[in-house]
Amino acid sequence: MKLELTDEQQMIQAMAREFAESEIAPIADEIDRDERFPHETVKRMGELGLMGIAVPEAWGGAGSDMVSYVLALEEIAKQCASHAVVMSVNNSLYGWPILTYGTDAQRERFLKPVAGGHALGCFALTEPQAGSDARNQATTAVRDGDHYAVNGRKLFITNGRESSFALLFCQTDKDKAHRGITAMVVEKGTPGFSVGKTEDKLGIRASDTAELIFEDCRVPVAHRIGDEGQGFRIALAALDGGRIGIGAQAVGIAAGALARAIAYARERKTFGVPIGEHQMIGWKLADMATAVDAARLLVWRAAWLKAKGRRCTLEASMAKLFASRTAVQVTNDAIQVHGGYGYIREYQVERYYRDAKITELYEGTTEIQRLVVAREVLGGAE
Amino acid sequence: MKIAVLVKQVPDTATQMKVAGTAKAIETAGITWIVSPYDEYAVEEALRIREKRGQVEVVVMSLGPDRVKEALRSCLAMGADRAVHVNDPALAEADTLMAARALAAVIKQEAPDLVLTGRQAIDDDMGAVPAQVAEILGWPCAYWIMEEAIADDGKTVRIGRQVEGGLEIFDVPMPAVLSAQKGLNEPRYPTLKGIMGAKKKEIKDVKASDLGLAAEAPQLPVVALEALPPRPPGRIIPGDVATAVKELVRSLREEAKAI
Amino acid sequence: MANAFWCMVEDDRKGTPKKVMAEVIGEATRLAGGDVEAVWLTDTATDDGIRQLGEWGAKKVWLIEGAELAPYRAEVWVPIVAELVAAQSPKAILGPVTSRQREFMARLAARLGVGLAGDCMGLAMDGDKLVGTRPVYAGKLLAKVAWAKTPWLATLRPNVFKPADAQPGQTAAVERPSVQIPAAQLKLVERREEASTGLPELTEAEIVISGGRGMKGPENYVILEELGGIIGAAVGASRAAVDAGWRPHRFQIGQTGRTISPKLYLGFGVSGAIQHLAGMRTSKVIVAVNKDPEAPIFKIADYGIVADLFEVVPQLTQEFKRLLEK
Repeated sequence: MKLELTDEQQMIQAMAREFAESEIAPIADEIDRDERFPHETVKRMGELGLMGIAVPEAWGGAGSDMVSYVLALEEIAKQCASHAVVMSVNNSLYGWPILTYGTDAQRERFLKPVAGGHALGCFALTEPQAGSDARNQATTAVRDGDHYAVNGRKLFITNGRESSFALLFCQTDKDKAHRGITAMVVEKGTPGFSVGKTEDKLGIRASDTAELIFEDCRVPVAHRIGDEGQGFRIALAALDGGRIGIGAQAVGIAAGALARAIAYARERKTFGVPIGEHQMIGWKLADMATAVDAARLLVWRAAWLKAKGRRCTLEASMAKLFASRTAVQVTNDAIQVHGGYGYIREYQVERYYRDAKITELYEGTTEIQRLVVAREVLGGAE
Repeated sequence: MKIAVLVKQVPDTATQMKVAGTAKAIETAGITWIVSPYDEYAVEEALRIREKRGQVEVVVMSLGPDRVKEALRSCLAMGADRAVHVNDPALAEADTLMAARALAAVIKQEAPDLVLTGRQAIDDDMGAVPAQVAEILGWPCAYWIMEEAIADDGKTVRIGRQVEGGLEIFDVPMPAVLSAQKGLNEPRYPTLKGIMGAKKKEIKDVKASDLGLAAEAPQLPVVALEALPPRPPGRIIPGDVATAVKELVRSLREEAKAI
Repeated sequence: MANAFWCMVEDDRKGTPKKVMAEVIGEATRLAGGDVEAVWLTDTATDDGIRQLGEWGAKKVWLIEGAELAPYRAEVWVPIVAELVAAQSPKAILGPVTSRQREFMARLAARLGVGLAGDCMGLAMDGDKLVGTRPVYAGKLLAKVAWAKTPWLATLRPNVFKPADAQPGQTAAVERPSVQIPAAQLKLVERREEASTGLPELTEAEIVISGGRGMKGPENYVILEELGGIIGAAVGASRAAVDAGWRPHRFQIGQTGRTISPKLYLGFGVSGAIQHLAGMRTSKVIVAVNKDPEAPIFKIADYGIVADLFEVVPQLTQEFKRLLEK
């Protein structure tokens, strides 16, 4: 067994940490408060190669691997979960399926600009009536010569407003249910494609979560990713990677809150000693630190499997399940360590607390992860 | 054109320094090592010169033990073309003059058109190496530069050096040694591509014997390393602002005699 | 004289030695037992300046005067002094820490093949050997250093050594050695003066005021400058404030800025990050004003006030004004 980061992985981690601490941390509170999408820092993340970490250089990426990806993502999330989700969607939900299932021509057109950090992509699966039940797609695409005519609405789409490309999942054959789902890329500006309302959220407030509307939107058949009916498999495979990313984001959120709690417990004194020296607080910090490390190791293992090209459905779900729960718990405890100050914006842990919750919801709720894990351990995987 | 950049690996600025058992060296356990920040300005400036002129090779050079490879690799990740690592136990206790002799010997072999480095390494804070390298090579030198522009013909470089109360602008014939002050530029982060590409770049190992250096003892040996004496405990002046301010001024005048 | 301690003269570029020379000459006198000589390279030396050096305790002034000596260029100065060293064999050469001495002394040390201890905060004779104490790691530790051979070269940090008391009537012999002034390689294009704040230079000032992140913005430094004007202090900033773009880099105090040892340091809204403390913890008296009672700077402060700096500074300015007008 070998549990050691390579030189490159350590350097990528260090770079992401330094970038996040110097460039993202100073604006994180403000963009959360103002719900402002951080165009400038997102652009710089793209220039650094953070938007296509595991994508080969030939397709505009950095040519690194999935482990580097989770290391970098954790560092970004430690300072700002909103930046982390933008990065996660680009890398795993949008970039990975196009790299894996797209043709060279599609990679050139749809992947290169996103992996190179010049444009953003989004993953349009969720619908008003199809969240956890993603098989039940109401958006339809009807073949008409060398185009599809797309109609429907997608909800809660991260990067929805800011994206130049949407990886859209829709029904091309209603009768085949989820085996009739097809993936295609729709470019911004295509007639019939518009962005609806932007959501006002509890957390990750600087990220953009929007509704996508398709009304007789004509999408060239050449933009289809994979075959007709392959869409659901593509979506699930992308979500395996996506879950690892969200796991890393959750670890980052938890680790950021933990670091603040530790710093506070060292400085703040009651009864003449730093509060960390009181057993109640010390034990709490011990449990928090242990949980964060356990979550991190689960995420690393899932990323390592994915990097090796091995199946990781079980491990990705376990990582996401445990890391998101840890994030919610640890951020909650971090506020408790701060006492009343933790409830105040200035001390930042309340932002981590609000940001943590989403990790139990998106890219498969906690319930869905349990379902996946249960199926896998019972041997009932389809 | 070739530019040599001298860098030193130093403990991160946030490190609490401790004296090792020998009382002559620092405790290195747990230290995060970084490229000395001023040297990063030098690397950045070299890369900018290359971007501006094209056809420029940037060679980073450093002296120190094996761990220094990490520092060199991070310069390569920023974009430097290759590195030379003077790695020899005979130089483990080098003072500035020994370090300068070793680096000057590498520079002589590489024959660059310009040497860039930081105004000082933030470990021993001596700031002597740039001048001493220049002296050994017989080259001109400019300290604490805040700006730089190489003439089109590549024969002189116009620099602005920071002095008390202003900036002195000089034309300096090349080859020359320039030491960078904060404010010269804002160093870039290495990109992921740069990091992935760095392992393919050469780090050449050289020994003192490769450089024709004679064995020598330091001219300025460290006799002892000590922690700072603790400051006597201070006091928080209580009371409302008006009272506290009056009491502070009185204390500074009468107790501390500081004003 | 073979046992002389030389002091490299730093001047105001107008013919008068800087006040810091009283400290260098004072320290040299203590170490040498009186055998102290000044070495002055300048384009213009005034009689007043020479008299000043004598009153501080220099027995002799080696004066090398020439238009080519200004502005300072190492390739011009170093060979001249090296030649003089060869002829006179001084025991030590001391200079203050200034922009040009920093480079000059290093280059001279390389030319002579001897050790240089830069930025010393202490010098002491141990038998017939000199031992220097200098801060390393930006003042987190102190290193004691010795020299393998003479001349012992050292630069002295301003405000740390006790200045010589001027002795009116005490004069120095002036010697003008005939030297070949080497040709300069650096060609001066121009000198750009900084807009003067009217306040002393950060590293030379006896009192330094520092504003940190608590200043909230660049526009608020004016209240510190006003206070500085009253008490004759330089105004610096923490790295947080410099990185935020509120103050130029040259005002930064800390490990990647200026390291200072003033007689009095007043920090306003400075939290006391380790790298800032490293740059100022050798100050004689430290005052901290911060509204956060947990700010690390209070751990090293002699006097602290836990309050909003925007309330404290104006009142402090008024109070000092009243005191100093008396």
